Amino acid sequence: MILILLLVIPLLGAVLAWAISRWFAVLALLADMFILIFLSVAQENTWLMTIKLPWIEQLGISFQLGIDGLSLLLLWLTVLLGIFSIFASWNEIQERVGFFHFNLMLILVGIMGVFMALDLFLFYFFWELMLVPMYFLISIWGHENRVYASLKFFIFTQAGGLFMLISILGLYFAHGQSSGDYTFDYFQLTGTYMSSTLSILLMLGFFIAFAVKLPIVPIHTWLPDAHTEAPTAGSVILAGLLLKTGAYGLLRFAVPLFPKASITLAPIAMILGVTGIIYGAILAFAQRDVKRLVAYTSISHLGFVLLGIFSGNTMALQGAVIIILAHGLSTGGLFILVGALQERIHTRDMNQMGGLWATVPRMGGVGMFLALASLGLPGLGNFVGEFLVLAGTFKTYPILTSVAALGFVLSAIYSLWFIQKVFHGPQEKHRQIPDLGIREMAVMSFIMAGIVWLGLYPQPILNTAKPTLDKIQSKTTVSMVQPDVAK
Amino acid sequence: MSPSDLITISPLLVLAFGIIAIMLMVTLVRNHALTLVLTITTLAISIAALFVSSSARSRQITSLLIFDNYALFFMGIIAGSALVVCILAYGYMSGRRNIKEEFYILMLMAVLGCAVIVASSHFVSFFIGLELLSISLYVLIAYLRSKPIHIEAGIKYLVGAATSVAFLLLGAAFIYADSGTMVFSGIANHSFTHNPLLLAGLALVVIGIGFKLALVPFHLWTADVYQAAPAPVTAFIATASKGAVFALLLRYFNAINARDYPQLFTMFVVIAIATMFFGNFLALLQNNVKRILAYSSIAHMGYLLTALLAGGTLAAVAVTLYILTYFVTTLGAFGVITVLSKKDNDFEMLDDYRGLAGRHSVLSGIFTGFLLSLAGIPLTAGFIGKFYIFSANVDGKLWLLLTVLIISSVLGLFYYLRIIVAVYTKKELATRERAPSWSLAGGFALGFLTVFLLWIGIYPSPFIDFVRIMVSGLI
Repeated sequence: MILILLLVIPLLGAVLAWAISRWFAVLALLADMFILIFLSVAQENTWLMTIKLPWIEQLGISFQLGIDGLSLLLLWLTVLLGIFSIFASWNEIQERVGFFHFNLMLILVGIMGVFMALDLFLFYFFWELMLVPMYFLISIWGHENRVYASLKFFIFTQAGGLFMLISILGLYFAHGQSSGDYTFDYFQLTGTYMSSTLSILLMLGFFIAFAVKLPIVPIHTWLPDAHTEAPTAGSVILAGLLLKTGAYGLLRFAVPLFPKASITLAPIAMILGVTGIIYGAILAFAQRDVKRLVAYTSISHLGFVLLGIFSGNTMALQGAVIIILAHGLSTGGLFILVGALQERIHTRDMNQMGGLWATVPRMGGVGMFLALASLGLPGLGNFVGEFLVLAGTFKTYPILTSVAALGFVLSAIYSLWFIQKVFHGPQEKHRQIPDLGIREMAVMSFIMAGIVWLGLYPQPILNTAKPTLDKIQSKTTVSMVQPDVAK
Repeated sequence: MSPSDLITISPLLVLAFGIIAIMLMVTLVRNHALTLVLTITTLAISIAALFVSSSARSRQITSLLIFDNYALFFMGIIAGSALVVCILAYGYMSGRRNIKEEFYILMLMAVLGCAVIVASSHFVSFFIGLELLSISLYVLIAYLRSKPIHIEAGIKYLVGAATSVAFLLLGAAFIYADSGTMVFSGIANHSFTHNPLLLAGLALVVIGIGFKLALVPFHLWTADVYQAAPAPVTAFIATASKGAVFALLLRYFNAINARDYPQLFTMFVVIAIATMFFGNFLALLQNNVKRILAYSSIAHMGYLLTALLAGGTLAAVAVTLYILTYFVTTLGAFGVITVLSKKDNDFEMLDDYRGLAGRHSVLSGIFTGFLLSLAGIPLTAGFIGKFYIFSANVDGKLWLLLTVLIISSVLGLFYYLRIIVAVYTKKELATRERAPSWSLAGGFALGFLTVFLLWIGIYPSPFIDFVRIMVSGLI
């Protein structure tokens, strides 16, 4: 029941925010936060809470939700970034304020649904549900090139989603034919017996959908456009949450449902991950548009997540989870900062910035902190995550890991370049602009505190996620051993 | 024919009596509102008669007509869509100088034609139904007659339909020459050898059906007719006319065991791929919303064909459910165009829709919902329909068709989103004339459709159960 409340409250919040005031959106998220606190305190076994209600029984579809440590962490991230993005765009959004917050809340509902769904049909339902309001968010409140960017975003993700739908159906029929029980239930489908060719094909369907979201390099091209053209709240949610649904999908569905196939595909996936790390970093350095720069850094950082997920090593998996959280906070923060900057100087072109530290010292300080977090300064969250991934992967894939470690060097270059171009150097124009206000500083200090916490004392987070990650890890190792026994 | 047979065919009788009654009434007194009321009453009684018919003992009336649950279901949704179309047409026609009453008489005749088609189990009854439908549509398409474009579309449809029916008749003659029967179920029993004459006959019949369904390459009339016909008539052509013929195609396909003829199967695969691809591709090039929806409806027929080819019970459920969701969605989309249309021209250019959200926020929301349903996005009926189509294809292992289905669905998204983008674009109000207003009746019809759109989209279980029972006798 509590899990349904978790979805219904923001849904109500969405309607009330449209009809009455955006404060209801904030209230709804705060209410959700209290539920999450309650759930966080009461954690015992792997599945903290599940619920299953009949929905479309003819097809074996049920309304099945459940959360474990991993879901809980991601739900926290969703609620926090939701609140941050509402406050961050308090002044930016002047038109159709109610409708904006309605869409924003609907996206959050969709994302939370994705993080909780344990029925594959329901998962797909939520997966698609978050697209439409996001599309509106970009195409109505976005910047200059918003129509193009929103179309591209929608078509890429929808196409990926359709591949996943076919895989879901393929799995459904494969399970139904082998066991006689036609169901979309996650727990029952995890044990489906399939030929290895079929499992690789079905896994690919899931992989494509998640790869588009994550994004993985050859199919990432929607991301820079969507992130750049979206309004601040849209960028924060895209980078902080929507990309994470791809990572979550891999962790929750692609790997556990097809453990053998994921072992087979792991080298390819990891090479793609490393390519993403290097490619994203190099392209980030080549940007003039600040928002584009931050967008490309996302591609680079999420390469580490992909690397960690497919390493089949608990340490690397833990690292991937920490990156998911730390990247959500740090990139969310950077997008809020850049959005605030654009609101003040009406440009995103770095060549027209420079020397802003003197005018807006608070912004400079926050920017410096976030850039350092992003380049992986020890003591901050991103470092812990990326270090764990590299340390975990090194044992099995030393060469790939070494190449991935270059990402650290490159991230230092683009992060410092960003600070240098925007805040240091001679002032291009003499500007009189207001510094970050109390509202923005409050949001930023929460974000920075979170990053410091993740960097200094990540143990509670690791403990929360551990049962889930152990399960994933044991699945991939067991099936890794089996072929050897056969030999 | 026994008296109990009359009870079975009562839905058709009610329609026929309704048509005569309204015709007689029009000779005495011309009144638009009264005609509408009588039309609605006729349709409503005819829908009620379906329940009477379903409890009757005899289902097969001579060898021509069969009143199984499947036929009754389609009669129901066709009459239902005609009900919506007539209500929408009332608002659409009331401002115009045309004669209005005959519109409803023709509409009822077209419904009668559709009802005969869905119940036919014999080429003769199929032909009668098809002609009844076509002849009513010739007039309905050219009903406004104020501009040459309307007449042109009517003639185009007339020539095309007449030619295609000629092919159909030739095909039926070939089949008869080979198998000695025109009863669908008899064809499969009589011919164990697939000789060329029979195959030629079956292929020619496909041409006749393909024209009505606007399958590629028999689609050339579609865009012009959709554009020039009055918006309510377009809605009727897109839904009832196509739905009836597709229902017949499914019955025919199952009755003759079409999957046993590899040549026929291949022909359908090629047609399905061409239909999905060209339908969506040509829709991309349009700037007229009615034309976009015309090509999109071509593509939707292609999606339906893939499920038809999959075969089996799941496919029959998929086709029927998809037709149901397609009816709701298409009626809604054309309904929005209808209620926005002005006296002298339809509200059809993409430019007309720019900034619609600023003037009609509720109507824009409804329109967006219908377009998203056409694109198959969750929470809408279209998603459930599409989900079933995908299921049927995966179940039937038609991977080639599935791939084309995915690619064309993505293409499809593009033009639906184009309309939605236009609706939500900001536009200066000063340059616009006053927003077109919409009638109470139209609003009622759209509200009704929206409820169904969301109901099927969120909780489809009752509909799935119902459809399953309805198609159970078919296979």
